[in-house]
Amino acid sequence: MRCECSERSNSIKQRLVGLHHTAGSGHLGSSLSIVEILTFIRFVWWTDGDDLVLSKGHAATALYSLLVEDGSIPEEHLSTYYQNGTLFAAHPPPNRLPRVPFATGSLGHGLSLAAGMAMARQIKRQQTKVFCVTSDGELNEGSIWEAALFIAHHNLRNVVWLIDRNGIQGFGRTEDVLRLEPLAEKLSAFGFNPIAADGHDFDSLRAARQEAMESTRPVAIICRTIKGNGWSGMQDTVDCHYLPISAKDRQSFVDSLLSGSERGSHPSPT
Amino acid sequence: MRKEFTESIVALHADDPRTILITGDLGYMAFEDVRRVFGEQFINAGVAEQNMVTMAAGMAFSGFVPWVYSITPFVTLRPYEQIRNDVCLHSLPVKLVGNGGGYGYGIMGATHHALEDIGSLRMLPNMQVYVPFTAEDVTACVRQMAKDPKPNYLRLNSAAKPSLPVPAFTQWRHLKTGSRATVVGTGPVLQNLCATNAAQDCDVWLASLFPLRNPPDELVRSLSATRRLVTMEEHTVQGSLAESLALLLTNRMSVPYQTLSLTAAGYPSGKYGSQAFHQGESSLAGKSLDDALAGFLAPDPSSA
Repeated sequence: MRCECSERSNSIKQRLVGLHHTAGSGHLGSSLSIVEILTFIRFVWWTDGDDLVLSKGHAATALYSLLVEDGSIPEEHLSTYYQNGTLFAAHPPPNRLPRVPFATGSLGHGLSLAAGMAMARQIKRQQTKVFCVTSDGELNEGSIWEAALFIAHHNLRNVVWLIDRNGIQGFGRTEDVLRLEPLAEKLSAFGFNPIAADGHDFDSLRAARQEAMESTRPVAIICRTIKGNGWSGMQDTVDCHYLPISAKDRQSFVDSLLSGSERGSHPSPT
Repeated sequence: MRKEFTESIVALHADDPRTILITGDLGYMAFEDVRRVFGEQFINAGVAEQNMVTMAAGMAFSGFVPWVYSITPFVTLRPYEQIRNDVCLHSLPVKLVGNGGGYGYGIMGATHHALEDIGSLRMLPNMQVYVPFTAEDVTACVRQMAKDPKPNYLRLNSAAKPSLPVPAFTQWRHLKTGSRATVVGTGPVLQNLCATNAAQDCDVWLASLFPLRNPPDELVRSLSATRRLVTMEEHTVQGSLAESLALLLTNRMSVPYQTLSLTAAGYPSGKYGSQAFHQGESSLAGKSLDDALAGFLAPDPSSA
């Protein structure tokens, strides 16, 4: 399974790096930050009837590439990404794509969407789950904490909240812009079971899943990640949020994927 | 109107198990029965309106029909982006219910008034705004909204109790005939005008759904004859019925006409009081309304 996950995530990375290079689009760093997380959700943790809300909609290419990988979207459809007339805008659109329940892009909405979907499941006595992937900068939004209060109050353990803790937001490091730490303690105080994981390591994500499944409280998995993971010279910078990837960097990225050496080392967000 | 809404939503719950009522921590002395009848389908979301509206969108996506209740500004303007992105862009059947449209919360002050709600919401995609006039209208509105698979907003206020008969709720209603001026209003505030002496010979229409659709031919004929249009609403002129109607009439009218737009002026004296006080400050009630109408309807000296 580990091998399959790595193959899947490498395939997704090659696809999304190609998308960004061809389009000259930004947000590649945000997408590279969550490839393993999305891969793990969809190919390991997922059961029929589950839903995924990508609250950090600016990482849409990671989601689009995942949906090609799982067969929800034909590869050729994605070739229109970022072009006039496409369904694949820089943020996920409403009502048009399979497995994309909501348009996202304005931060701080996804966790409430997941809460509503989870509450509906609870009333219907359904056993399925709602995964919600937020960024860390997104936790600046007050609506996130409204949703957190609600999920904890109603003990919505069918919400699986994964936080992409890459430590970088729009114009600086999270701890310099609007301090989040101690994040685990904050989440715990809100009534969550905060679980630490390496967001690029499938074994670590697997351990987090095990802990989540045994939790009596709603879980928030703080996935330590690297923004732009694997993008040599650009990872862990604000730049990789905005800048397109050059042909040279794309080639070296793909080469590193093929040789299995793309993994960077984690910076500390604190 | 809140009583009628409460009764209607309880009846609706019996008919449609998809019905959910979500309140932003309001409903004291009003929703106790609803809470008992709805059970787990009554949700007090707390004082967290952004989450409340988006969470409702998530429930609507999952097959429920959530009715989301609060004091009007807190369920319209506070979570406005949530309404736009999560409810309207996805055309989900979330039913927003605001109590205290216009100056309805009176002495509670400006933060609790809603003078911009209709204009703000009517411009959102897929949204239809319901403005009841009488208490009976509320029941009809709830029934119609329940059948509409799209987003709706219901603006509650103190119900009008007109002496004249009011047709069943619909987009356009003709309340009375007359030849002195053509009057078009929305919401219970129109009753203030109906009660004036000046209105006795006016042709009076009620508009109750927004965005406003094409006015009936009969209304256009009336205005072509009276050449005087009075609009009345407890809402700012920006985003008003007056604005919408002017646009819709642009290509319908072949003769010029004069207009008097009676709208909520905000807080012209900077002082606060009851709903009637604020209406009076905006020429929507009392002597100021009488004076505004008298001035507008006075015979043109040049035609004497």
